[in-house]
Amino acid sequence: MKASNALWKEHLAGKMPEDLAREVDIFDSEVALRKQGKLDERLFAETRLRRGTYGQRYDNGQRHDGSKVQEMKYPSGTLTKGPSTMWDAPGMQRIKIPAGGLHAEQLESLAQLAEEYSDGIAHVTTRQDFQLHYVHIEDAPTIMRRLAAVRITTREACGNSVRNVTACPYAGTCMDEVFDVTPYAKALSKFLLGHPDCQNFGRKFKPAFSGCAQHACGLTSLHDIGFIAVKRNENGVEKRGFDVYVGGGLGAVPYMAKRFDSFVPVEEILPLTQAVARVFARLGEKKNRSRARIKFLIQDLGIDKFRDLVLEERKTLTPDPRWTSFLKDAEEFTETPLRPGGETPNGGSERYQHWLKTNIRPQKQPGYVVVTVALPLGDITANQLRFLADIVRKFTKETVRTTVEQNFVIRWVSRKDLPEIYEALDAARLADPGAGTIVDVVTCPGTDTCKLGISSSRGLAAELHKRLAECNFQSDDAVENLHIKISGCFNSCGQHHIADLGFYGVSRKVGGYAVPHFQVVLGGEWENNAGSYGLPVGAIPSKNVPKVVTRLTGRYVEGRNPGESFKEFIQRIGKAELKGMLDDLARPPAGDRSYFSDWGDPREYTLEDMGTGECAGEVVSSVEFDLGAAEREVFEAQLAFENGRIDQAGKTAYHAMLRGAKALVKIVNPSISDDPDQIVADFRKHYFDTQKFWDPFAGGKFAQYLFDAHQKAGNPHTADSSRYLIDEAQLFIDAAHSCYNKLDATVAV
Amino acid sequence: MDIQHVNVKLLVGNPQSVDLEPLIPVFHRWIEGQVCDELLLDIADYRHVPAGPGVALIGHQADYSLDNTDNRLGVRYNRKAPFDGTNRDRLKQAVCSVLKACQRLEEDAALRGKIRFNGQDVDLFINDRMLAPNYEETRQLLDPEFKAFFDTLFRGGDYSMIYDTDPRHLLRISVRASRLFTVSDLIRNLVS
Repeated sequence: MKASNALWKEHLAGKMPEDLAREVDIFDSEVALRKQGKLDERLFAETRLRRGTYGQRYDNGQRHDGSKVQEMKYPSGTLTKGPSTMWDAPGMQRIKIPAGGLHAEQLESLAQLAEEYSDGIAHVTTRQDFQLHYVHIEDAPTIMRRLAAVRITTREACGNSVRNVTACPYAGTCMDEVFDVTPYAKALSKFLLGHPDCQNFGRKFKPAFSGCAQHACGLTSLHDIGFIAVKRNENGVEKRGFDVYVGGGLGAVPYMAKRFDSFVPVEEILPLTQAVARVFARLGEKKNRSRARIKFLIQDLGIDKFRDLVLEERKTLTPDPRWTSFLKDAEEFTETPLRPGGETPNGGSERYQHWLKTNIRPQKQPGYVVVTVALPLGDITANQLRFLADIVRKFTKETVRTTVEQNFVIRWVSRKDLPEIYEALDAARLADPGAGTIVDVVTCPGTDTCKLGISSSRGLAAELHKRLAECNFQSDDAVENLHIKISGCFNSCGQHHIADLGFYGVSRKVGGYAVPHFQVVLGGEWENNAGSYGLPVGAIPSKNVPKVVTRLTGRYVEGRNPGESFKEFIQRIGKAELKGMLDDLARPPAGDRSYFSDWGDPREYTLEDMGTGECAGEVVSSVEFDLGAAEREVFEAQLAFENGRIDQAGKTAYHAMLRGAKALVKIVNPSISDDPDQIVADFRKHYFDTQKFWDPFAGGKFAQYLFDAHQKAGNPHTADSSRYLIDEAQLFIDAAHSCYNKLDATVAV
Repeated sequence: MDIQHVNVKLLVGNPQSVDLEPLIPVFHRWIEGQVCDELLLDIADYRHVPAGPGVALIGHQADYSLDNTDNRLGVRYNRKAPFDGTNRDRLKQAVCSVLKACQRLEEDAALRGKIRFNGQDVDLFINDRMLAPNYEETRQLLDPEFKAFFDTLFRGGDYSMIYDTDPRHLLRISVRASRLFTVSDLIRNLVS
């Protein structure tokens, strides 16, 4: 698309690392071949995805403009860059940043790319990556070359590959860390990039490192493989190692990682991960994507069997010098300051004092602090990136990292420099206080740009950010320190499961019309490397979510016991009472059409199905009643689980799915009995085999939850299986609502 | 020297009084009606970003936005697709496009006349560092072409041109006419 693409290729020849240059040249050729129709679209889709080049919303060439679906008539006509993905449709480029570490020149390069190829914004993700949106496929190779010239790759930023290796952004400076995990994270990232043993996965594989067990920064519990730094004494010698966890993951149903080994010596982390990768590649599901993450393999095998297989595999590996060649440098790795440390000067404005309170974290090195630059919704402009580059050059040795909270941290800032760096950041509009607090809302792209988005997570996040910033929570630390995380759908890119107040997008039908909603997920734990996941309480229309936040935080302020955390408060008052608190917000007020559009998007949700003035919110079909009853059963399952009735919880969750399935079956077979076998058989025949129940992107995944549960119906439940079943039941019911929405209007049965 | 990817921004008057929210349904209508020469695709809402791109109407060949970069709020045209012809043709195409967009916004009943060209400030960018790196020699080479173009745009009236000289920035000129022009005046000056 850019006129200069060929010139950049010539200009950067010889200025990139050879391996990265070769990779980009290959991709450039593939772009040309696909454009000439000489490369299959599916193959091209996989190759671009493995280089972080994604599709984006509306890239099938259709967009609902508020009154009708409009065909986008692109200049390249019907040429595609993947199945149902138009060549000219804007896409997203993800950029991997191992351990979130950057230097000033890289920040400047990202600024240039955001300006020249995107919309002027670079977006920081919840896995320390960057994303550029609205990128043309033909510009992607140039973007990759310009990144390679500053030693950044997009390789394996997407696709069934090893994704960005994340790490605690405070590593090396944290008071509580065991040791600095940075060099180990970077070594693993380098070792696995393009590794032959990592090219045949059924799904993605995400590693993470943390320097301690108790903080949230590494989020190891929700990763496919997580490393927590530990030390032990061997014959009087202190030895570094990692407490290793496997099989964690968010996604539709969150899985808590299981301990693989409490001490893996540092020289073993690369070969051990290689062995894990080989077992995953060999035994992991390949055909059914919804069961292809390693968490399912570990769940099916059991952690002990999985461990045995990995250790057997480890014995078969041919020794590789890279396993240990980084160790000496890793032991000696340390960052140093640019300027002498000191004390924080007194004084300053009220806003500056607030910033000091929320955006500054002391380092273990006396006289220095880590400064957090809070980005609204993870967005930063090209100009701000350049300002940031100047600031990190002036005050530090360019020690800056991205965080999983979609912010930057500037490490090794002298306390003496705090007034000056605040002033510099403020001039760049980068000194907003409230980092890591309730105003620092985390969100995925949602319906703004993501093909999977159901509700506008960014629209909601922007609204909450605005409203909460106007409130003064400074007087109440307990509220100020809560976390809000929002995903546009069940896939959890916004990490809603680990928030105090989490939300994920769902749709509901009200009086025959689709209304954007968010499922409320309460009581997740951010600390302890994402120590526990929240559970859904109920779906709320998008426009009522700010009221939910106000009501819940208000109730917490009024009703909490001394020292009681939000999670403890939620557990104490119980889900029944919580649900009761929100009941009046669960349906849109009759006649208020504003509920039929989402935050920041005035188009009415499925407007083409609505007649003017036909907001008949009181018409409720029996299908909706039945689905409502099924949803209540999921809730009862949650209560049973909460009260320790594990087996009962599992059985109730299964029954909720049956009830949801029956609600749909009744549309085609009104005389359906209560016999589970018949319900499942009819559901399979009328909704699964016909693909009516299929999610456009998840396929038959949610129906499979029912089939699996039905097959195991007689088995006793463990805490894990019961918990998973409850989440699966909720997702099944959400999918049943979506399926019903897609069917022809309200059906009288 | 061949330039492409011309960006033009017309600064609006009373920027403090401009609320960007009402612009979103307006841009949705533009997509629905495909009212511009370019294929219009989507809306990017960056109202939450200070001194940022504001609200952008993403198109295939070009984006339109109410852009607040550098705290200079204006109607911006960002040409993405290459445009055939001479440099003058490309400047004219981009300036005509932004003028028409601005006129459309000025006349939109829903915006109640709040978005209006301030009559004299135009920012010009070349959004391609390879074709037009922001160096002194580039500026010297292009300066006569820019001046000839603005002579036409302002019909021989006085104006000042200030170049941004930071080599990290895009090639950019802030142009200020010494008297006020309406959008219609400028369109007439260009097409006659």
